[in-house]
Amino acid sequence: MSAGYGAPPSDPGALPGPLADATAGSTALPRTRTGERPGPPLWLLAELTYRCPLHCAFCYNPVDFARHEDELDTDGWLRVLREARALGSVQCGFSGGEPMLRDDLETLVGEAHRLGYYTNLLTSGVGLTEARADALREAGLDHVQLSFQDSTREANDFLSHTRTFDLKRRVAEIIKAREWPMVLNCVIHRLNIDYVDRIIEMALELGAEYLELANTQFYSWAEVNRAHLMPSRDQVRAAEATANRYRERHGERLRIIFVVPDYHATRPKKCMNGWGNVFLTVAPDGTALPCHTARMLPGAAFPSLREHSVESVWYDSEGFSRFRGTAWMQEPCRSCPEQADDLGGCRCQAFMLTGDARAADPVCTKSPMRDRVDAIVARAERGDIPDPSAQPLVFRDPVASRRLAGTD
Amino acid sequence: MSGSDPRADEAAGTARESATVQSDSAAAGAPAVAPLSADAIPSVARPYRLQFEEAQDAWVLLYPEGMIKLNRSAGETLARCDGERRVGEIVTLLEEAFGQPGLGADVRGFLGLALAQRWIELR
Repeated sequence: MSAGYGAPPSDPGALPGPLADATAGSTALPRTRTGERPGPPLWLLAELTYRCPLHCAFCYNPVDFARHEDELDTDGWLRVLREARALGSVQCGFSGGEPMLRDDLETLVGEAHRLGYYTNLLTSGVGLTEARADALREAGLDHVQLSFQDSTREANDFLSHTRTFDLKRRVAEIIKAREWPMVLNCVIHRLNIDYVDRIIEMALELGAEYLELANTQFYSWAEVNRAHLMPSRDQVRAAEATANRYRERHGERLRIIFVVPDYHATRPKKCMNGWGNVFLTVAPDGTALPCHTARMLPGAAFPSLREHSVESVWYDSEGFSRFRGTAWMQEPCRSCPEQADDLGGCRCQAFMLTGDARAADPVCTKSPMRDRVDAIVARAERGDIPDPSAQPLVFRDPVASRRLAGTD
Repeated sequence: MSGSDPRADEAAGTARESATVQSDSAAAGAPAVAPLSADAIPSVARPYRLQFEEAQDAWVLLYPEGMIKLNRSAGETLARCDGERRVGEIVTLLEEAFGQPGLGADVRGFLGLALAQRWIELR
């Protein structure tokens, strides 16, 4: 403690950095085979199950989830939690599917808390009863993110459906009563984007502290249903203006986060904050993934934590090294002065839209394939929506999954 | 989050952090943030949790789906905000720990910013 108090705390340059900078200075970690030295997997997303009582048409679970139903058991998850924490993971998200369907959730949360994780439950609220909420509070759960989506198969009933609203209100009261911070997440798409004001009113009425208005990104089931779900630019602009209006009026009470949809942007997102940089997703069957949809990519299979340790997967596996840093890039990313800002965007999106996982994310206007994104957006601009009788919305369920995976 | 996209959630998390950073700069640039009084009794505010991370060799503030890595001076200051000590006592402890007198203005200034960020609350 003799090195001095350090830079004056009033110097803005000395103020703490965000998560993006959080890996700087981790010097005691092993080197990877490429000689780089990534930081630890700060964020562990435990997708406990693909089972879900809901059937959302925009679900991000893989469309072939029914092929991967063999879940890690309790001991398997406990080992993953311990190994990741030993490497330096600090945030742990319990997700799914619907994680409340795991009856060992309280055990897993309890161990994660004991290990020193900040524990987050990402739930639709279905199954979050008073008794289980008490048990989760007792186990040390830090935070519940409650997502909104319609529990019926009628997407356009989303807001008017009273059963959904009653459930969310009941669960919101359960969350408030246990003094958990309340973050609501609502997936926005063409069929509900015009009602953003009603969604925000609902969040205010429920006493939420954060509201994430997450525009649908087109992966998995949302990609299957893209033509139905893609909003027009005017819709996105109007929704953002509405969000801003509410921010001005209620910004102290409710922080509103509006996530712009990729296809309407001109630069890609820095997906997952960099491949194998911060995020480790563990699929229900124990497969370790750099993101929850990476399994769609061609190439060698990602490693399973049934057979490998978290440490070897993170630092030594080909899968986690594949798109780390910038060495894998091809033009126009390779010589792009902005390459560090977005690291070429999303590998899954590049693969879905161009067939090449190393291509620039075509959301970028510098991509030679940007016209593919423009064509998709133009269709939404024209209101060229498929006739539901000819091409109905596909709702996520095991039967549809087996059909789409060709294993029916 | 069944049904939603954690990629979007992550973007949202990033947005939330950016917001924090922006208001950091705003707070740092504006003289409007008052230093904390020596009599105030600060503690880390809900939903933040302060802990020392061996892997990062740093104090971090954890909050829903996010993390703020603290520099050493900020971390050591917040670690002494236990809801019992007055700012004056915290300054004394830090001066002893760092072997450096005259930290009062810096510490009270930083705690003023921390209060504006809602990282701490006063009893």
